[in-house]
Formats: sequence, C-alpha cells, structure tokens
Amino acid sequence: MVPAFSPTTSRMRFPEVAQVSLTERFQQLKTQGKKILLPYITGGISPDWIEVLRSMAAYGADGIEVGIPFSDPMMDGPVIQEASSLALGRSVTPYSLISEIARAEVDIPLVAMTYYNLVFRGGHKRIANLLAGSSVSGVIIPDLPYDEAEDWITEADRAGVDNVLMAAPTTSNERMEKIAKRSRGFIYGIGLLGVTGERSELAASALQVATALKSITDLPVLVGIGVSTPEQAREICQIADGVIVGSAVVRRVLDGAGPEGVGEFIAQLRSAIDGLS
Amino acid sequence: MTTFMGDPGPRGRFGDFGGRFVPESLVPACDELEIAFREAWLDPGFHQEFEGILHSYGGRPTPVTEASRLSEQLGVRVLLKREDLAHTGSHKINNVIGQALLARRMGKMRLVAETGAGQHGVATATAAALFGMDCVVYMGEVDVARQELNVFRMRLLGAEVRPVHSGSRTLKDAVNEALRDWVATVEHSHYCIGSVMGPHPYPWMVREFQRIVGDEAREQCREVLNGSDPDYVVACVGGGSNAAGTFAGFVDTQAQLIGVEAAGGAAITSGVPGVVHGMLSYILQDEFGQITEAQSISAGLDYPGIGPEHAYLAASGRAQYGTANDEEVLKAFQLLSRTEGIIPALEPSHALAYLVREVGVSIPLGSTVLVTLSGRGDKDIPTVIGLLK
Ligand SMILES: Cc1ncc(COP(=O)(O)O)c(C=O)c1O
Repeated sequence: MVPAFSPTTSRMRFPEVAQVSLTERFQQLKTQGKKILLPYITGGISPDWIEVLRSMAAYGADGIEVGIPFSDPMMDGPVIQEASSLALGRSVTPYSLISEIARAEVDIPLVAMTYYNLVFRGGHKRIANLLAGSSVSGVIIPDLPYDEAEDWITEADRAGVDNVLMAAPTTSNERMEKIAKRSRGFIYGIGLLGVTGERSELAASALQVATALKSITDLPVLVGIGVSTPEQAREICQIADGVIVGSAVVRRVLDGAGPEGVGEFIAQLRSAIDGLS
Repeated sequence: MTTFMGDPGPRGRFGDFGGRFVPESLVPACDELEIAFREAWLDPGFHQEFEGILHSYGGRPTPVTEASRLSEQLGVRVLLKREDLAHTGSHKINNVIGQALLARRMGKMRLVAETGAGQHGVATATAAALFGMDCVVYMGEVDVARQELNVFRMRLLGAEVRPVHSGSRTLKDAVNEALRDWVATVEHSHYCIGSVMGPHPYPWMVREFQRIVGDEAREQCREVLNGSDPDYVVACVGGGSNAAGTFAGFVDTQAQLIGVEAAGGAAITSGVPGVVHGMLSYILQDEFGQITEAQSISAGLDYPGIGPEHAYLAASGRAQYGTANDEEVLKAFQLLSRTEGIIPALEPSHALAYLVREVGVSIPLGSTVLVTLSGRGDKDIPTVIGLLK
C-alpha cells in the first residue's frame, strides 16, 4: 500500500545540519565501557523545549529521544499522554518539530519516538529523508513490531536512519534473536509489562529482559519503561548497557523545572550510572 | 475468482488491510490467541458448546421478521434479522460468548473490554458473570453519561466500569485505555474486543463468531423467499461486526451488500488508509496522521475507524458503504417503532434510515431487502427523549 503524501510539506530541506550516527556513537560508548544515558522529552511540550533538550545534552545525556506527539499514544501512561496533548494543543506537527530539531545543534544522536500512523501517513520515504535531513539518526516506533517493520526498515536504512526495535518481557528468546538481527543502533528492552510511567521500584522483569538480551546480541542493550530514579538507573545498568528515562523527565518539565532543573536531574542520572562497567 | 471473507492468513491481511500493529509486549498474546482460535474453530466440541450456549442461553436462532407495514410504506419488501431479540439486546452477545469460551480455554479468567453504546460492555459483563470471570470495561466519559442505563446494567452484572477521560472521551479512547490495560495484564487477561477491529486475529475471529447472524439469515430468507436470496443486505457499521457477520452469510450470493456508517464517523466515505488500534484500515485523520474525532448521536457508531475487512470489501467493490445523518436516523427510529412495534437501537436505525432515503433512488422499488436489526432501542430512550421533546 502506498501511503498518502502531503503536498504542503514535501519540500522541506535542512542543508546545514550534521547527523550524529546512533550506531557509531553508542557502539563507541559500549566499547569504552561507558553506560549510555538516553532521556526522553516530548517534542513541543513547552515553548522552550529546545532549550531543555540542549540542557539535557549539556548535563550528560548521550543521546536524546524526542517524542513526536500522536493523538492516540497507546503505549504511554498519563504523564506522556498529558505532554502529548499539551504539545498538540500548541499546534505542533511532525514537520514543525522536525524543523525545530534541525536547529537544535547538539552533538549527540537524536532518536525520534513516534507512532506508526504518522510515518505511514507521511510516507516511508519522505519521513525517512526528513528525519535524516534534520539530524535525527534513529527512530523508535512502538506500534510497529518486528513482523510489520520490514518495508519501513528498508527505507530507513536507505536514508541512514536507524530503526530501533523493542523486546518485551513476553518475548521468547528465539524471537529476541530475530528482533536483535533487524534492530539498528541499539535494542530497546521493555522493562515491564505496562505503559510508560514512573514506578517506585525497578521491576524484576527489567533485569530479566536485560540479561536475556545481553546473552544474544552485541548491540548495545538499553532498558526503558518504568525506570524513573537514579537508583533504578544504576540498578539496571549493572546488566544493561544503558537506560532510557522518560516520564520522570517529562513530569519535571510539566512541573516547570525548566532547562536548569531538568539538566540537574540528568546530571544525577549521569553520576548514578558512571563508574559502572 | 476472488474469495471473500475467508481466512486472512498468518499475517492477517484482507488485501492490503489488517495486520498486527501492536507493541511487542502484545505480539506473543496475539499469537497465542490466533493459535487457540484456529484450534478451537476446528474443534467440533468447541462449536457444540458455543452454539449450545447461544441457543439455550442467548435465545438463538433469532427470527427473521417480515416487516409488512414498513414494506408497504416504502415500496420494497423488508425483512428484519432480529438481533434485538438476542440475550442482552444486541448481536454483541455472539462474539462475547465465543471470546469468553476461548479465554477460558487459554486459562485467562479476567476479561477487559471497551464499549461505546455499552452493549458490548453489557454482553462482556454478562459472559463474565456466566463463566465466573472478572470483568473491567473501559468507557468514554461522554458515553458513560449518554448510556447511563447500560453503565448500571454492567455494574449490576458485577463488572467494573472505568470511565475514560482522555481524548474525545468516546469509543476510540476507550479502546486506547483497554489496550493500555492489556499491555500491563496480558499474562492473565484476555482483551475481549467488541467488533471486527484491532490486531490480527481479532477482525477475523470476531467475524467468525458473528457469522451465525448471516448463516441463519440466509436460510431464513430462503424459506421466506422460496429459495432465493434478498436483492440487498443492509447493516449498520461502527467497527463493523454485525455487518461482517451478516455479510459472511451472503457474500457468495448475488445479494448487494451495503454497510451504513454514521455521517459523522464515516471512515470509508471520509477517511483514508491509516494505522490505529493495531490495524491498517480507513481512518478519519488529518493530513499529518492525527486521528480526528467522530461525531454521532449513536455512541456505538461514534468511531473514526472501521474493521479492515470492510476496508477491503469496499476497495474491492464487493460491498458498498453509505452514510446516514442524525436527523434521518431519528426519523427512521420512530418510523420502525410506529409501523412495526419494534423500537430499534440508534445504530441499526442508520441502516433503516439509509433504506428510507435510497428506496426509489439507488434501491429500486419492488426490491427485497434484508436489514440487520442489530439491537433494541431501550438503551437509547434517554437520548431520544431529550431530542424529541
Ligand atoms: C445495537 C448495536 N449495533 C451496532 C453497533 C456497532 O457495532 P458493530 O459495527 O461492530 O456491529 C453497536 C455498538 O455498540 C450496537 O450496540
């Protein structure tokens, strides 16, 4: 099926922007034995969100996951749902965000996180090119599982965008191997059965998923969903190569922490996982 | 020759439509469900139990009624497939008994459901009571208010009704919330989807559980029509389960199949291909792919998508899809009440409204038309009282 194209935005170009390769940077960190910190922010959540993003980079993020908000985010809990509707209420579109991102000028990899309909509707080729052209070097699409992802991965590969696949606590080892073979940049271990959101304790499943993935792949293994505190980040990084922290960051943005406040939280996460190997 | 309404294969495709666009956490559960359904559907014991319960508990077979006074008034011969007479008041019970039996086979004793009009929620709560299962039903806040009676029924039946406050606060958002629940509880819960939508195998499985409507109706029509089939088969479409079940009985006859959507939620007429709730189908959305809100008097049709098999039937031309607006629907609702002594639900009133409008236009006078009366109107009385006063 050929997805529809939107004529108004098909000519966006960002000639000046340099993309930092997700695969190369994360592999490098892994080789150096440095734990990888990948915090998340919902694109367009506040007028100063690019400032927040820069601050996250300055305080020690190794990459940043940028949520492109979707009207029906079924993998997200209340915090990221609220952030998404705030952003959509500010009339952001995938294209306005991509052009904002293109001007962010951070020298760490940026990974877009979005739902498949935005990619499908925009068209595989056009979205892949737009992302690559705006310095985004990876993508996570939680509702596009391995079995449905082939066409998109082909197009993303061609454009030089790493499509990151996810593995869950319910995924069999056999299936994890297949997923790992098709994942690019890193593999996303889903820490618990549930949607995004803060949890008071790290789930046992997070450690199990990390252990299972580490035994079958050389890709960096990052664990996210339900990792909310520096202590939890440290705990999971005993096994995983890195950690993804979403709702805990976004809640701080929603509470008005601002670039400095969020930056300080990133610094805490950073120091919690540094020195582990 | 293309065969319609068969097995969509391991990738769950109806032409280009369908698929399984769910988070990785749910993929193994969908696999497990597909295997369980394939096994059960080949097992005569399962069929016996399923059909037995629908007979002795659900009131099947439901009759086909010759609507003589309506026919006289319209100038076409109208037959009504009476799902309003099924236990709980709509066709939804057929699917739910099937899924509850399957859940029990898989050892899952908690049912999660979404509901719009509340009919699917009531049916799920009913099956949960019958089988001694736990039941949680998600329902948009707007629908909780306009279908108060069904909310009370669900609670009476022992289900927990959780109002959903996100998005448009209707059926679409209830589906999101049910999926979020399922992602967290998948190891011991079964998501009992209420229509022919969602990820594979649901659209296929739900159609198979509903095909009893069409299979019965075909035989009943042949009795009434001296061995022939109706010229037209008309059913309303929210997600499309009563229509799919009905069409399954007639897809290999000469009958013209017509699905009728709410004008404010017409995925086929006004939508474009997209992916939401696990399926690739026609969806109401903006140019960027954000899902837009449906708008209808009838909570059961207030949905921006449509089951993927309908998308395929439409794209291939085997079925046609039309719309009816709120005003026409209210008139048809009253017309059937007065001519036949049957108060229909607002959902199938869309099918009737389409018929009323199209007779003498696209449906020639003198035709024979089967309309699936998917449910009874009791639940809609509070809404209609407000509008007809
Ligand atoms: C009586 C009745 N008919 C039809 C529908 C629409 O569902 P479907 O299109 O799956 O038959 C509903 C949904 O709530 C309903 O209650």
